[in-house]
Amino acid sequence: MITFTPRDKVSNYWTLIGPILSIILTVIFGLLIFTFLGFDPAETLYQIFISPFSRIDRVSDIFVKACPLIIVGIGLMFCFKANVWNIGAEGQFIMGTLLAGAFALLFPNVETKLLIICMLFIGFIGGALWAFIPAILKTRLNVNEILVSLMLVYVAMLFIDFIVRGPLRDPMSFGFPLSKPYPEGALINKISFPGIGYLGQLHYGILFIIFLIPLTWIFINKTLGGFKINVLGSAPKAARFAGFSKDKITMTVLLLSGGLAGVAGVIEVSANIGQLQPEVSFGYGFTAIIVAFLGRLSPVGILFAGVIIATVKLGADNAQMTMGIPKVVTGLFEGILLFFLLTGETLQKYKIKWSWNK
Amino acid sequence: MGNKKELDILLEAIKINKQFGSFIANQDIDICIERGEIHALLGENGAGKSTLVKILYGILKPESGTIKINNEEITISSPNVARKNGIGMVFQHFSLFPALTVAENILIALDQKIKFKDLILRIKELSTEWELFIDPLKIVSELSVGEQQRVEIIRCLMQNPKLLIMDEPTSVLTPQEIENLFKILKRLASSGCSILYISHKLEEIIELANKVTILKSGKSIATIDAKNTTTKYLAETMVGKEITTLKKVQSKNLSKGIALEIRNLNKANTSDFGISLTNINVTVNYGEILGIAGIAGNGQTELMEILSGETICDKEDQIFLDGVPIGFEDITKRRKLGIETIPEERTLHATVPNLKINENTFLTYFPKYNQNRSFIGKILNNPENSLVESEQIIKENDVRCPEPNPMASQLSGGNLQKFILGRSLANNPKVAIFSQPTWGVDIGAATTIRQKLLNLSQTGKAVILISQDLEEIFQLSDKIAVLNNGNLSEVLSANDISAANVGLLMGGNSKSQNDQEESK
Repeated sequence: MITFTPRDKVSNYWTLIGPILSIILTVIFGLLIFTFLGFDPAETLYQIFISPFSRIDRVSDIFVKACPLIIVGIGLMFCFKANVWNIGAEGQFIMGTLLAGAFALLFPNVETKLLIICMLFIGFIGGALWAFIPAILKTRLNVNEILVSLMLVYVAMLFIDFIVRGPLRDPMSFGFPLSKPYPEGALINKISFPGIGYLGQLHYGILFIIFLIPLTWIFINKTLGGFKINVLGSAPKAARFAGFSKDKITMTVLLLSGGLAGVAGVIEVSANIGQLQPEVSFGYGFTAIIVAFLGRLSPVGILFAGVIIATVKLGADNAQMTMGIPKVVTGLFEGILLFFLLTGETLQKYKIKWSWNK
Repeated sequence: MGNKKELDILLEAIKINKQFGSFIANQDIDICIERGEIHALLGENGAGKSTLVKILYGILKPESGTIKINNEEITISSPNVARKNGIGMVFQHFSLFPALTVAENILIALDQKIKFKDLILRIKELSTEWELFIDPLKIVSELSVGEQQRVEIIRCLMQNPKLLIMDEPTSVLTPQEIENLFKILKRLASSGCSILYISHKLEEIIELANKVTILKSGKSIATIDAKNTTTKYLAETMVGKEITTLKKVQSKNLSKGIALEIRNLNKANTSDFGISLTNINVTVNYGEILGIAGIAGNGQTELMEILSGETICDKEDQIFLDGVPIGFEDITKRRKLGIETIPEERTLHATVPNLKINENTFLTYFPKYNQNRSFIGKILNNPENSLVESEQIIKENDVRCPEPNPMASQLSGGNLQKFILGRSLANNPKVAIFSQPTWGVDIGAATTIRQKLLNLSQTGKAVILISQDLEEIFQLSDKIAVLNNGNLSEVLSANDISAANVGLLMGGNSKSQNDQEESK
């Protein structure tokens, strides 16, 4: 039998050893699986773990990939800390993008970057409105927010599909479901470093993270609002005893996370795509759930978690492209990595005892 | 132990050891139960009583030690084995399925096969034989707590036990129900069934038991004859030090205006398991303690919530403070007005276990720091603001902490309660409302807490004490009312009402119910 007993304090030893051991175990299992499936194991691991770091422009691409994950993850952090389960960030991401994109397309010739600033706000509102639906149903009628937010993802997906095939389709798109390209003012430019030039796809949207993370940290640790969220998540009755309104907090965290998902969508599309298309998200809203938890619901943790997940995703893409490894296999590998990382975390909090008798 | 052979020993446990992590729950415990004896197991919370009986019933496995039944060594590896060896147990928190009938509940626990019709006959036989009146076809959720306990006892009796273990059986019963239970237990014992009776109520033990084994910090420190001892001796052996008695000063020359008035308070129940409060009328004066007795689950939680402001009244003029209606004020406003509540649940309600003490202080203190602050200052209001206050509360209330500013979960029950009390009293309330303030607290801390309640009333504050513990109610209250099924009885002066009367009120129509059953 295996018994888990909670540690009195989080073990420093395991905090250090846990992640390292997780990576080692992932590598061992990865080697076994890739060998078994007939791929060169060393080459595959190189592609997944090392190739994203092999050139400076590739490293900057990690941050580009991590950018939406981190922004959405931070938003979800507020919800999960308050025990509010917003699973629909993907839909909020889409709706934020769509609303801001539709707004941008109203001004086809605007070049001033004021437009993108407006779009960020509108994207926030779009995402927040989509999150408002589960929020109002939860606070007024106590409807489960997991179901509502998840279902609305599919509504949002079909809605953007309808919009880019119908009302907003570019007549010049040769029948492709694409909107007109964004005006110049709606685009986020790549950062040009003096003397170096562009670093991969690295764009000014990264600045948003640099400003978001410290702000979130201050909010969670140094304000009454952050304290309220924390208490509601740990002990709802105690929150009521303190006089914190559960409905207000639930509403706030859902709007906040929806809004941030919308902002992430605006940044992603304005920086990398430049027009509306049926698929704008590639699952960022769902992957961000893992990022939020892997980052242990702390802003700095989410920054690192976003980078780790982005690295493995890019590495997996590389492996697919250069070696023809199927997506399911790299997906499996990502799953193994997550499994061991989360197991390692359990070891920090629990002691494990093995006993062989019945 | 030269006379061992003369004794008719049923069960003997020798040098039982059990550890949970670094915590030693049982250390070299010896206990010896004779046939037909009522043997009490006495000890404070955490002394190891429950651990020991769980070992005897096969729920826990000891690290070392031997258990003998009829002088034969056996290993009780599961409750099944225990039952086969004639050991039955009635748990403190009943293990019945509320949605099933009495008979179905008994059937589930039976090891032998029996036809349902025969089972019902057998239950009826047993219930008349032992005067445990119960209808086997009734659904358990419709039964009162006392009746549920009867079901548990019948369930044990079905197995013809040689030893019946009862874990704190009276904590949920009215005095009348307790009296009935004692009659049954005494009859059982005289029929040859031994009873191991766990309690921390001293009077009960002296009344009921033949012998008492006292546990302290996981060790058995004495086994004495229960008939030749006093409650004082038992208490002091159990605690290991002399008990200070409460000081109640009678001469109070304080103004005794009405502090809190509840007028025609009705509140419909909104949850599946709650109780509706109906037509509650009561006043509390300054300098007075109002005791509200009653068995848990009769509306105490709901009353507490509506007094604290966690739920808002339907009408504003249902609660008055100093003559001003406050029914619509929320808990934060009521705190500002001087009403402090100490809820029954210490963790997860009064405090958050995984937050530090200063953060738990901040929980009810945050509005204080918002006075005279700028807009930004209010936003940046955070738990660091209450570091000084929390240290003061810890110091002034003798809260023993394992480290400076620990998490609430690191404090023992008694110390946590002292902190919660200190936090409320530091707000200098006009009215203090307590729910089960000494529930599960060791006797030393309980005395301190009770003395604080008395001091409060003696300095002119109004106190409401909601408690299941009748002893506590009578010890402290100036006037007493009983809460039963959401109704509050007439308020009587503590001098005019007897424990038996309170017991009748607690049971509601329990007496007439008994009559009905007997006439069947």
